[in-house]
Amino acid sequence: MSQLLQQIVNGLSLGSIYALIALGYTMVYGILKLINFAHSEVFMVGAYAGYFAATWLGIESMEAAGQAFPLYLAVGVLLVAMASSAALGMAIERLAYRPVRNAPRLTPLITAIGVSLLLQNLGLLVFGPNPRRYPPVLKEVTYELGGVVLTNVKVTIFVVTLLLMVGLQLLVHRTWTGKAMRAVSVNLDAAKLMGIDTNRTIAATFGIGSALAAAGGILFGLDQITINPLMGVLTGLKAFVAAVLGGIGNVPGAMLGGLLIGLSEQLVAGYVSPDYRDAITFLVLIAILIFRPEGLLGVVRQEKV
Amino acid sequence: MRWLVRGAVAAAVLAGLLGLARVIEGGLMEYAQRVLLLAGINVILAVGLNLINGTTGQFSIGHAGFMAVGAYTCAWVGQHLAPGVAGAVGAGAIADAISLNAALVSGAVTAALAGVIVGVPSLRLKGDYLAIVTLGFGEIIRIVFNNWKALGGATGYSGEDPAGLPAWTTLFWVYAWVVVIITVVRNVTFSQTGRSLIAIREDEVAAEAMATPTTRLKVVAFVLSAAAAGVAGGLFAHLQAGIRPEDFRLEKSIDMIVMIIVGGLGSITGAVVGGVFMAVALELMRDLEEYRLVLYALLLILIMILRPEGLFGSRELSFGWLRRKARGGEPAS
Repeated sequence: MSQLLQQIVNGLSLGSIYALIALGYTMVYGILKLINFAHSEVFMVGAYAGYFAATWLGIESMEAAGQAFPLYLAVGVLLVAMASSAALGMAIERLAYRPVRNAPRLTPLITAIGVSLLLQNLGLLVFGPNPRRYPPVLKEVTYELGGVVLTNVKVTIFVVTLLLMVGLQLLVHRTWTGKAMRAVSVNLDAAKLMGIDTNRTIAATFGIGSALAAAGGILFGLDQITINPLMGVLTGLKAFVAAVLGGIGNVPGAMLGGLLIGLSEQLVAGYVSPDYRDAITFLVLIAILIFRPEGLLGVVRQEKV
Repeated sequence: MRWLVRGAVAAAVLAGLLGLARVIEGGLMEYAQRVLLLAGINVILAVGLNLINGTTGQFSIGHAGFMAVGAYTCAWVGQHLAPGVAGAVGAGAIADAISLNAALVSGAVTAALAGVIVGVPSLRLKGDYLAIVTLGFGEIIRIVFNNWKALGGATGYSGEDPAGLPAWTTLFWVYAWVVVIITVVRNVTFSQTGRSLIAIREDEVAAEAMATPTTRLKVVAFVLSAAAAGVAGGLFAHLQAGIRPEDFRLEKSIDMIVMIIVGGLGSITGAVVGGVFMAVALELMRDLEEYRLVLYALLLILIMILRPEGLFGSRELSFGWLRRKARGGEPAS
């Protein structure tokens, strides 16, 4: 029983990270009908931005002196990472996706694969291929509740994700930018006719999605201890699966999908075989696409001639 | 009469290939030969993938999985067949040729079977969704090989011999298979089936309304293309001395896509050019080391932005086109 609870705790914290990344996929897909493959690399760059910010703020000397990293600096690191990823996401949209926005559907898809490859290899070049130990932006404290090991890191991951989700939900439903985003996702041309600056709205979507991915990157670094330039590949794919599972284009769906993927992965690793931990995600993906392609919370769209 | 002419042409092509392969093997450095071998394998991959991605317009980004199935089957069958064949006809070039081709055929068959298993459920989906499902299947195939202890697991399969898999992949056999695959794909593309495939690409709903059995044809194209990937995998295995699940990662599928995009989606000529280009360009850039893949990715993005139809678009280089060119007439569009 306590083992099951432990797997659930681990699954929920991992799933929260997937959910944060999934939001970026789901928002961009909702607006442009584009699988933004480069999103997984935006997540990776976010993690590195956090790493460099924390190092620059002198986390190593503090750690050596046995001091804890102050909370306001940790929040600062998070904001720096979110801002740099947002800038990167918007730059990718402006330089690579906007020129091919009106091309046939597959052209942007392949461009996205190209951007993803480019950032992976630039990452290998600039950051080096070796994994780096993630600085303890949050000092780990372990609690034990009836045989279940809970750390403040895992709790923080869950809480930060929840806060960002609520923030996003408010932004999408309570602000003009959010309203414009929803309008563009329904019909880009009609939105343009109604005087919405679609280019700005799309850029904002990329910026917000990328910032959330950066938050995911820092939480991932805290959770997994090390980061490397290829960390985005598998994590990004799983987050994408989470977005599809929840219903692509659907914000609460991304959260649900992320948590379900995180849980199923942990349970398979714990009870079936850790070797097949990655395979389960893809099996879920295939099953959902074949039996319910609109996702759990998605809306069925009729194909029109 | 026609069959006689065709037989004669085929025999002439094979004899020419054999002669050419001898000359090249005698005259070229081992390094250049290796590039040529890789180029041939790339051409098989690209021409096969082009049938589904280009001609039929159903995007697969999981073909590395079928290549893996072909490679593992071919390597395993080759290992278990070779002693028997050598016993029957005596060890030597003939025994190697028989073992290699039997193994390649078995690789093609298993890859085709994998294609049926993947294709039948997935091809009901369209566009991005299909792409992502094939990606998922490709990854699952790799994870299965990664955990298949009898086939070496993550360390890979290299047969019983400590020297690794036999080096059966020669220029002659690679290019003989290139000719076979191009002929098959060309004949399919320019048949009624091929026209239906193009119709599916252009407008699936309209094609279905014209009583085209869209799902069946999509599966046929997918399976043929998987079989070609299987052959390429088999040739690759016997070039490498050993194969690892790592060799068939998502990157491999993306390489194949880049080949057909550089040449032009939907053009067999383009796929051939793209396959050769990939082998040669990556070799030429070898000195740039880590910058190589950065340049490669940049190139892909630039092609997409500046010339998304690729070098050839959907045009073909054919004898008829050359003849018209020579006569100074209007080139076919």
